[in-house]
Amino acid sequence: MASSDGNKNTNTEPWGGFEDNIIQGTGSAVIDMENMDDTSGSSFEDMGEMHQRMKEEEEVADEAEATEEETGEDGEFLGIKGIKGQLGRQVADEVWQAGKRQASKAFNLYANIDILRPYFDVEPMQVRNRLIESMIPIRMINFPQKIAGELYGPMMLVFTLVAILLHGMKTSGTVIREGTLMGTAIGTCFGYWLGVSSFIYFLAYLCNAQITMLQMLSLLGYGLFGHCVVLFVTYNVHFHSLFYILWLVVGGLSTLRMVAAVISRTVGQTPRLILCGTLAALHMLFLLYLHFAYHKIVEGILDTLEGPNMPPIQRVARDLPVVATAAMNAVNATVKTLVQHISIA
Amino acid sequence: MAQVEETSKRMFAGLSDVSISGDIPVEGEINVPVGTPSQDKEYSTLDEPVKDTILRDLKAVGKKFVHVMYPKKSSALLRDWDLWGPLLLCVTLALMLQGGSVDSKEDGGPQFAEVFVIIWFGSVIITLNSKLLGGTISFFQSLCVLGYCIMPLTVAMVVCRLVLLGGSWGFSFIVRLIVVTASFSWSTFASTAFLADCQPPNRKALVVYPVFLFYFVIGWMILTFSPSA
Repeated sequence: MASSDGNKNTNTEPWGGFEDNIIQGTGSAVIDMENMDDTSGSSFEDMGEMHQRMKEEEEVADEAEATEEETGEDGEFLGIKGIKGQLGRQVADEVWQAGKRQASKAFNLYANIDILRPYFDVEPMQVRNRLIESMIPIRMINFPQKIAGELYGPMMLVFTLVAILLHGMKTSGTVIREGTLMGTAIGTCFGYWLGVSSFIYFLAYLCNAQITMLQMLSLLGYGLFGHCVVLFVTYNVHFHSLFYILWLVVGGLSTLRMVAAVISRTVGQTPRLILCGTLAALHMLFLLYLHFAYHKIVEGILDTLEGPNMPPIQRVARDLPVVATAAMNAVNATVKTLVQHISIA
Repeated sequence: MAQVEETSKRMFAGLSDVSISGDIPVEGEINVPVGTPSQDKEYSTLDEPVKDTILRDLKAVGKKFVHVMYPKKSSALLRDWDLWGPLLLCVTLALMLQGGSVDSKEDGGPQFAEVFVIIWFGSVIITLNSKLLGGTISFFQSLCVLGYCIMPLTVAMVVCRLVLLGGSWGFSFIVRLIVVTASFSWSTFASTAFLADCQPPNRKALVVYPVFLFYFVIGWMILTFSPSA
């Protein structure tokens, strides 16, 4: 609606719309790219709209000028009037304006970063408080809980998780066959954050939960704080029982917090159950996966490499086979005694 | 569109009696004066010998290295930013970290591309983060600062390499740990001396943390580097 009218009436909003004078007064015939870099922190939607309108008016003004120059006041094509230089100059002008328009369209990509700007508008105190709150579940589930829509904390937590993962992979000597250590770490962490957020958001959409994508990203991002703490401790202190305790306690607390927040925004038993179950399962299993996949050397790779250099953790991880062999022995013993009894009887 | 033409024709109708010669078009551009770079005012550098150009660039790079070694609050690094220094440092670091030989199945160290990508993408992300937090520094200035501040870590890499050439295992690890820790904190301090100034005062911690993480990862790569025998 704004583009069709151009210079004229853009007052299509019921509240009066932006004053054209203001926009045209501050604009210039040549788009100054420096002005795009506005860090004044004003209302982001208005800035985006204003930029868009400035550009559109600029383009329409250019087209209007171009058509005017072409038709002329007595309808004759200027080139025919005889001055070669003028035609050349006009063509050069057109090319220049077209190029400038292309460049400003390319710079729209930069304007898109301005859209993210309000999500990074935080103070260190707020980040610290949110980190602590992410471990404290709130029991009020009958009224929608407030979820901060912020991206700085989650992004920093994901990068911290990447760094911790790298540390774990290096100390355990994990060998990645196809790909790099860094790529795997980044892919895992970002993939989890973005992928699981999208999946839970999709489920929330199906279950009619009142949560936006940004809030989901933020919630899950802060939920990774528990993961960071657990992994940081257990990559350095190699006790399996300690890991299980921390997994239940810390992982459980952060999962409960997320689950409570999501449930408080859902109505109905079945949708709540679906969302709660999926989120809890994914979150807890991810922590389990991070600990075991990158901390313990996978047996298959080790066998093909070198035998003697076994790290101490290998010895501790033999719970299951011991139990299995014990069970097998017990079964064998019972079968033997049974057979003996039957043969005697 | 027709509306625009009509109204403009109406506007121009009043000027029909103003005598403007038909073959002198009114032309010109309305330019908002931007801070033009000083290249226009200096002499053209196209005619000087190549040696002069290279030496001048090398001197500029060297001056910035000195600024990094003694991080005072000067604006030289920011005013004349260049990316030669960061490129040089990044390539040197990546080459030195590429220790593992091709034959062994074990990964002795990160590959060249990995280090390169980490440094450049890490710098880009930190720059975007500081801009989103409301910083006044431009994109390439920030890249320049972050790249130049890798220098202490490169020096630490050289020292680690030398230490690894000889000496027992445990002792050399302690020495390397101390050297890498010192150089990593030096890098972080040097870069925050430049970057944090361009932020609102209460948000400095938010900008410093990713820088800390970035240099920590690089320092970690240096510390855990073990060349295959």
